[in-house]
Amino acid sequence: MPYHIVVCGSIVPDPLQTLEPVTSPTGPALKNELMLPAVLDPWAGHALFEAANLAKQHAGSKVWFVSMGPKAKLQQVMMTIAQKVPFELVAIDGPSSGFTEASEVAAALADAIQTIPGLDKAHLLVFGGWESASRGAGVTMQMIGERLGLVDQFQGVDKLTVRADGSLEILERIEGGKHQVSTCAGTPALLGWATGNLPEPPNNPQVGMLNMRTVMPALQKAKPVKLAGEGLAFASVSLPKQRRETRIVKDMAPDDIAREIVEWIKKD
Amino acid sequence: METILVLAHTEADGSLGKAALETLGAAKTLSASLAGSTLVVGLIGTEVQAAANQIAAAGAARLLGVAGAEFAQPRYSSDVLAVEALGKAAAATIILAPATSRMNRVLAGATQRLGGRIDTHATGIAAADGKPAVTRWYYRQRMEAVLSRTQRPWVVALESGCSAAFAGAAGQAAVELVPVALPAAHQRTTVTGIQAPSADEQTIRPDAKLLFVAGAGWTKKQADGQAHAAEAEQIILGFLGQTKSSLGSTKSLVDLSGEGQQVLKFMSHLNQIGQTGATPRHAKGLATCCHGEEPHTVGWRFINERRAINLNAACSWAQGKADVLYVADAFAVMRKVNELLAAK
Ligand SMILES: Cc1cc2nc3c(=O)[nH]c(=O)nc-3n(C[C@H](O)[C@H](O)[C@H](O)COP(=O)(O)OP(=O)(O)OC[C@H]3O[C@@H](n4cnc5c(N)ncnc54)[C@H](O)[C@@H]3O)c2cc1C
Repeated sequence: MPYHIVVCGSIVPDPLQTLEPVTSPTGPALKNELMLPAVLDPWAGHALFEAANLAKQHAGSKVWFVSMGPKAKLQQVMMTIAQKVPFELVAIDGPSSGFTEASEVAAALADAIQTIPGLDKAHLLVFGGWESASRGAGVTMQMIGERLGLVDQFQGVDKLTVRADGSLEILERIEGGKHQVSTCAGTPALLGWATGNLPEPPNNPQVGMLNMRTVMPALQKAKPVKLAGEGLAFASVSLPKQRRETRIVKDMAPDDIAREIVEWIKKD
Repeated sequence: METILVLAHTEADGSLGKAALETLGAAKTLSASLAGSTLVVGLIGTEVQAAANQIAAAGAARLLGVAGAEFAQPRYSSDVLAVEALGKAAAATIILAPATSRMNRVLAGATQRLGGRIDTHATGIAAADGKPAVTRWYYRQRMEAVLSRTQRPWVVALESGCSAAFAGAAGQAAVELVPVALPAAHQRTTVTGIQAPSADEQTIRPDAKLLFVAGAGWTKKQADGQAHAAEAEQIILGFLGQTKSSLGSTKSLVDLSGEGQQVLKFMSHLNQIGQTGATPRHAKGLATCCHGEEPHTVGWRFINERRAINLNAACSWAQGKADVLYVADAFAVMRKVNELLAAK
């Protein structure tokens, strides 16, 4: 059975960058936000790679990638992501900040999904990361699902298996390093991915060329969206003050270190 | 006047878990500091009477329940209707729930149905000037914000370990059952089971005092020019066996397994700590053969005492990230640690 897979994913500052909060006229923001190099949100990236892999196994399937972010940043990230797997971009020109209100983001993304031409709801799988590396709340996908009428939702997904009868077996992360196993009668469904099982695909210039044909027009016609953050007020945003006074132990024999560690472990 | 609804699901044995009792504790404190507020409890499970009795002394104005076999298992399509029904029945303005995987899966969807707003992974909720404010982290535990909202209902998922659990004598509680009909469209998913490593292979122990983190260094060439993955495995498992610590990993180490390199067999990406891994809560953490870079150490936000063993005195742990950095060979140190532990 062919699938129509819509993957939602945002862009986030490269995790190796130092982040510092500042106050902007529209609320909290990151210092030099527009200058920070951006990457595809890691868990959304796993969702995208899983989507492409699933599409490859089911002839006639198609992957859309829906992303909201400042146009120029989206373009920058697309230059690398478009080399990885085939997809059609649906771009929304808006903020990618973690401080935006999730329900407003969900509304914009759901609207964008609903206006994808030719999208077949009966064969629809909506994918995303189970949490972002910016807001890290794990709420946007659920709200998108509700807006699209999807009541079969799964979060922290590490594995999706399509069975012969078209039903889906899904593994979700739960407490204590375990997975909950569910079966769902079939599409439509929404999956918020954790790490999944696939390595990051290598760059493929041919895929890049193909994708770019839709990426550039999608960026050009990206709908501008403003988010009001209505009713939401931040009293403070601060970096953790605690920087530890690290005691660097250089010339202690391993046996003595071991003794010190054992004592430390035993102490309450 | 706020109506505070505490939502909780029962555990397999019908009781309320620690996270639920902590949320109730936090709600009681919040309610006490918001003049005129009302505390209501909403329970979900196959049967909820035992759980209600467990918290009979909590002083809730009402105890609501959604009960039935269909609500035994954590499943979005049934849980979302249960949460929605309880929110409406309570006419809740603030809804507090424990951030369990079951609640995290469904709370935002239910919030959408209730026309409210939601904050998850909250590490605290308190009233300032008669108004509730939530504390939570942004950018994967890199900055902490305090925020408030005017919309209601305001749904907040509280992380465990952030407030004292409610403790009170059990009693006989009267539960108002809220009927929830489950249409066929909400029964397309069935939870069929749990996949877990066998007890002796289970290395993730959320309740352990100590988090032991292994980094990629355990699989790298050592001073003799050889890698010693088999010995690394033996040392690490020996330590975990004796201390019952929880095992964490760096991304580099779990990624190696994906690439089919010589690795530690018991390690999976579920063990990963950090930006794209977990942020567990433990009193102590010991990092070994791990460089301590920022994307990894953001996962240590809720580890109180931190020590690291690394050959490199200039590794990132030295930059104010650990309390103690032992510049040493982790193989030698941990071999001896195991020996000392075994001797005691
Ligand atoms: C988008 C993104 C997300 C990321 N998310 C995460 C994440 O969630 N979690 C995470 O961990 N990382 C994450 N990273 C990766 C992170 O930046 C580091 O690359 C990674 O944590 C390094 O792992 P490591 O310290 O095990 O390995 P290395 O950097 O290879 O360090 C190995 C260390 O072992 C030491 N060593 C070797 N032998 C010994 C010995 N005998 N005794 C003592 N010490 C020894 C070495 O001195 C060295 O410091 C992310 C990166 C990106 C780009």
